Amino acid sequence: MRRLVKLGLLLAAVTLLGACGGAANGDAETDDAPASSSDGLTAFEREHGIGPITQPVELGPLDASLASAGEQIFRMKCMACHRVDERYIGPPLGNVLLRRSPAYTMNMMMNPTEMSQRHPVAKALLAEYLAPMPFQDLSEQDARALVEYLRTVADSTTADGIPGT
Amino acid sequence: MSMRKRVLLGVAAIATVTLGLWACGTAGRGGALSSADAASAVYVPPGEYDEFYAFMSGGFSGNLTVMGLPSGRLLKTVPVFSQFPENGWGYSEETKAMLQTSYGFAAWDDAHHPELSMTDGVPDGRWIFINANNTPRVARIDLTEFETKEIVEIPNSAGNHGSPFITPNSEYLVATSRFSVPVPNRDMSIADYAGNFKGMLSFVRADRPGEMDIAFQIIVPGYNYDLAHAGKGPSDGWMFFTSYNAEEAHTLLEVNASRRDKDFIAAVNWRRAEECIAQGQARTMPARYVHNYIGDDHIARSELKESVTVLEPAACERLVYFLPTPKSPHGVDVDPSGRFIVAGGKLATVIPVHSFEKMIQAIEQEKFEDVIDGIPVLEYDAIIAGEVEDPGLGPLHTEFDDRGYAYTTAFISSEVVKWSLADFKVVDRIPVYYAVGHLMIPGGDSRKPWGKYLVAMNKMTKDRYLPTGPELAHSAQLIDISGDKMRLLLDFPTMGEPHYAQAIPAEMLREKQVKLYRLDENTHPYAVKSEADTRVTRDGRRVHVYMTAIRSHFSPDNIEGIEVGDTVYFHVTNLEQDWDVPHGFAALGMETAELLIMPGATRTLTWVPKQPGIYPFYCTDFCSALHQEMQGYARVSPRGSNVPLAWGTGGELKTQPVAAQ
Repeated sequence: MRRLVKLGLLLAAVTLLGACGGAANGDAETDDAPASSSDGLTAFEREHGIGPITQPVELGPLDASLASAGEQIFRMKCMACHRVDERYIGPPLGNVLLRRSPAYTMNMMMNPTEMSQRHPVAKALLAEYLAPMPFQDLSEQDARALVEYLRTVADSTTADGIPGT
Repeated sequence: MSMRKRVLLGVAAIATVTLGLWACGTAGRGGALSSADAASAVYVPPGEYDEFYAFMSGGFSGNLTVMGLPSGRLLKTVPVFSQFPENGWGYSEETKAMLQTSYGFAAWDDAHHPELSMTDGVPDGRWIFINANNTPRVARIDLTEFETKEIVEIPNSAGNHGSPFITPNSEYLVATSRFSVPVPNRDMSIADYAGNFKGMLSFVRADRPGEMDIAFQIIVPGYNYDLAHAGKGPSDGWMFFTSYNAEEAHTLLEVNASRRDKDFIAAVNWRRAEECIAQGQARTMPARYVHNYIGDDHIARSELKESVTVLEPAACERLVYFLPTPKSPHGVDVDPSGRFIVAGGKLATVIPVHSFEKMIQAIEQEKFEDVIDGIPVLEYDAIIAGEVEDPGLGPLHTEFDDRGYAYTTAFISSEVVKWSLADFKVVDRIPVYYAVGHLMIPGGDSRKPWGKYLVAMNKMTKDRYLPTGPELAHSAQLIDISGDKMRLLLDFPTMGEPHYAQAIPAEMLREKQVKLYRLDENTHPYAVKSEADTRVTRDGRRVHVYMTAIRSHFSPDNIEGIEVGDTVYFHVTNLEQDWDVPHGFAALGMETAELLIMPGATRTLTWVPKQPGIYPFYCTDFCSALHQEMQGYARVSPRGSNVPLAWGTGGELKTQPVAAQ
């Protein structure tokens, strides 16, 4: 009997260790640059988010047809939780580009789960809104089109159509 | 070696020892190996995968169950011929038509034999087929979605037992009449059975999704056609069917169908059938049967067909031959080389093995001992390759490994017997618990078996598990066949009654699984792809609710203006685009099953409220931390009320004035 108990304890302990190993592995996949502070994020990640977008996104002149494609995607994949001008399930998005960089916005769209777990801004929003943002299988193209659409709904834009620089 | 690997090995080793100790305690009752070997052979560490997908027929559950081997873990139930409230199969508007037959809506059936599609005689992992025994049908299940996509009924047929065994390139699968009936079926005296009741061997086109249909039927004498298997390699182009009741008994078959010393295997040359049809030797016969098919819009539709092509052996010479086979044969199995045809004469004392080569010689030399309804009966001694002596009592079914051995189940003596195809000598035997029917080796009825495991599917369970009252789960047993001696590894319970099973290496299916349906490809006519388009409309006494679901709310979630006696259709589209996020839907007092809606899909639940009141509805599949908040209310008013149709979520309701309705 004592032997069995010992085995059980060992099993439990080893299983826990196994679980830890798994988590560490997961982190390793995305941590491609050394952590620069206690939150484990690079300076780029802190400003532009964690995910497939790893370079700042430069916005050119407003592309109306891209914005229109973005609006269609917004209706299908975002509107169930986001409004332009009011708080709904998630925060209002009308002025999101005044608050966040285009790259951050795209990373949040494409990689919401990891962002909500690791990025301090996204973590704070989750704590405030409580409903985690679901992964909606947006491609980089989709996310870029959504950014273009969001440019068109902002309250204030600069002369060249780029919301708050 | 990485830390993680070492840890995993540690877990495996310790779990192995633990399981090994546990096995010691039960070895006396079960015959499991009393060593750590058996446990480690079936142990799949947490988070890792099984080697094989196994597909077990659900028998009287009417379903197909998917299990992992070697663990014996249940992975999924695929509903096929029976309503399945767990996901609304056969209840939702989109799936009801799948259970339509020429006899009406069939809520249940008895599914016996799964059969994987093949290319060049080897399972290819495209589809799996299964038969309905009671109301004769065959179904095609897509193996990228693990969903039944197509069902065709078999006309002029009763008791579709010998089905759906498939040809080496999936050209045809077959269906048989275990019960002969008048053809066409009509009112007549049962006593006039002999000569009037007919058997039917049906060939169904199997390799064209959406076009599964009866290619041709062959009318044969009124025996009971039991099981089948296709020829392969040299015997490709032939299909072999067992029959019993050559006595043509119609009552007390237990006695009356066992009088003759031999019954028959019917050998059908299906390429010859194609020739006869091309030469105009077939006739067209009226027949009513239903074909059900789920299209790209995920909606099942039924189509009634009205005629079939029928061949009579007398009008198409060299189409069918009878191979005399002792004694009410059950299984008929063709070895991987395609040279031998093995019969399970369930009342016989030997296993007869027919030679395909000798069969062809006997046909060429016209070694016929009789001709029945235009079907020559070959001489037994001219076609037999050998008989396996001492095969156990009640031999039923045989499968093969890739090392020249055959494995036959013996029902009465409860054992699996291994014998050599080189000399037909028994080399090993292992007891199973209890009364084994079919057995399955992955690919074991194909040209290239993966001969590592054997699953025995037992008809009696008795004391194998903790007792659960009078009704027990059926028992399967996993046997290691990789060495000279068979070794019992594992007992596991199964759902319904698995008659036959198939299995395929996991890597052939794993990577091609559909994870979700793309919302922008949803062509369901009642889909809404944006919460902005959700609405409620009235069409006379029908109310359509165009609803969306996403973590974690429905839109609309407040609905007013429904009246008693309305038929309400909840068309729910799941807006999620992530794997493993289905939403469920159910409403208070509904008289049907829930909807379970996969990401990107639309499903419809029909509800006819009978009393005024407020009816909550909610998500039935735990979807997020706020799943308990995923709910709504429908208001039902008395008939004739002036409550306008109104709907919304999280704000003012949108309305449609009564006058405008």
